[in-house]
Amino acid sequence: MTILPSFAQTSSTPSTPATSNMRQNKSASKQAVHQSDDGQRVFDQNCSRCHNAPQGFSPHISGTIVRHMRVRASLSKEDEQALLRFLNP
Amino acid sequence: MWRLLNLNAYPHRRILVAVTLLMSSLLITPHVAAQDTPLISGGVGFFTSTNGGNTTYVPTISPVLVAPLGQHLLVESRANLIELFFPKPPGQSGYTSEPFLSLAYLQLDYLATSHLTVVGGEFLTPFGTYNERLTPIWISNFQDAPLITSLGTGTGSSVGGMLRGSAISTPKFSIDYAAYFSTESTNMQFNAERSTGGRVSIYLPEKRLELGTSYGRLLQGTQQNYFGAHAWWEPANTGFKLRSEYAHGAHSQGYWVETDYRLSRFGGDQSLIGRLEPVFRWQQTFRNSPDPTDGLPAADTQRTDFGLDYHLPHEVRINTSYARQFSSTGNHNVWETGIVYRFLFPTWKGK
Ligand code: HEC
Repeated sequence: MTILPSFAQTSSTPSTPATSNMRQNKSASKQAVHQSDDGQRVFDQNCSRCHNAPQGFSPHISGTIVRHMRVRASLSKEDEQALLRFLNP
Repeated sequence: MWRLLNLNAYPHRRILVAVTLLMSSLLITPHVAAQDTPLISGGVGFFTSTNGGNTTYVPTISPVLVAPLGQHLLVESRANLIELFFPKPPGQSGYTSEPFLSLAYLQLDYLATSHLTVVGGEFLTPFGTYNERLTPIWISNFQDAPLITSLGTGTGSSVGGMLRGSAISTPKFSIDYAAYFSTESTNMQFNAERSTGGRVSIYLPEKRLELGTSYGRLLQGTQQNYFGAHAWWEPANTGFKLRSEYAHGAHSQGYWVETDYRLSRFGGDQSLIGRLEPVFRWQQTFRNSPDPTDGLPAADTQRTDFGLDYHLPHEVRINTSYARQFSSTGNHNVWETGIVYRFLFPTWKGK
């Protein structure tokens, strides 16, 4: 299951939903595809281990959440950055 | 488990805790990066439990505050506010109630590198998985903690310091560690035992398998060691989860195994059936010698819990469960229901 549709549906903030940004990324360059896919992989492999992945949240707290969860999910620096890009492109 | 504080007896503590939490959030200046706004999250729930014919009602609110201070510091805290409604003693009719407040943790994290985070303050004791991961009311499938929970975790919280981090993290596997030291604290809010210990786990992201082992040593009273092991397997795209834990203390030991299966394959996880999640837990404890303080039952015990979670839209979940506990001191049934709303929002709207 990918989380993108649910992010787009439930994001309560006025900013652009993750999905459309991701699509722009994907068409922009091959590099971006890799980065956003990495973020999706990190999210899928780690963020529903202990609890249901959040259905959506304000981009203003994505950095705070990743800091809070990085130790719990044992993320490397690269994983952390890929995840941040994925949550907040 | 956490020391519960009776607020009727100590009304001023309520204010103290509120002020502490407020102070920590006020420390934060609003000039943070757009993504690093402090957040408030947690769960609000209403629970009922019928044990041996007596029903208790427990409205609960459990807020979490997470606030970055600059690039390397993070304040995190969780409180539990509970109002317990229970039947009056035999001979009297009706219900009586008592409020409780506990602070699960209040810690300052220094994020030194991606391999090391230094923690100071009151934190959840890193032994096994239940205490750190499954105690939030919006996460746990069952209202009752496993019978072995207190082995290695003591009061649940420690007061002192901890080093933790990801030792190594590759696409194939990651290893994380936690090592802590705690002083004895009899303070009402920060109740902890003098102890030391830690945990190491390995996670295989492709297999979604995690194996880990924990060690703890109680350094007060009769010193003793605790050992623990855990295995979690949550295969991708199946909706199935298996979580298990074993703990060994000087006078008792035990294990639990919990499985759940979200029925998302029937029309997706937003469908009528796909929102259902049957859960099952099996546990056993064994007593080698008497110890009224270790928190495990006085006689060998087996317990089976059957539950059904229903995930409503907007992060609301209904849990129901039935448990039967068998032991030479008597068998009994426990029926439980609950509804929990999980919330998550920024403390203020950033730019
Ligand atoms: C090892 C277990 C574990 C993993 C892995 C994990 N979380 Fe969490 N998460 C928790 C726990 C436990 C809490 C609740 C904290 C509390 O109540 O004290 C939580 C809370 C949260 C919250 C609520 C806000 C907050 O910061 O407390 C969000 C959002 C969240 N997690 C997102 C994520 C994301 C995104 C990932 C993937 C990087 C992730 N989690 C991985 C255990 C985990």
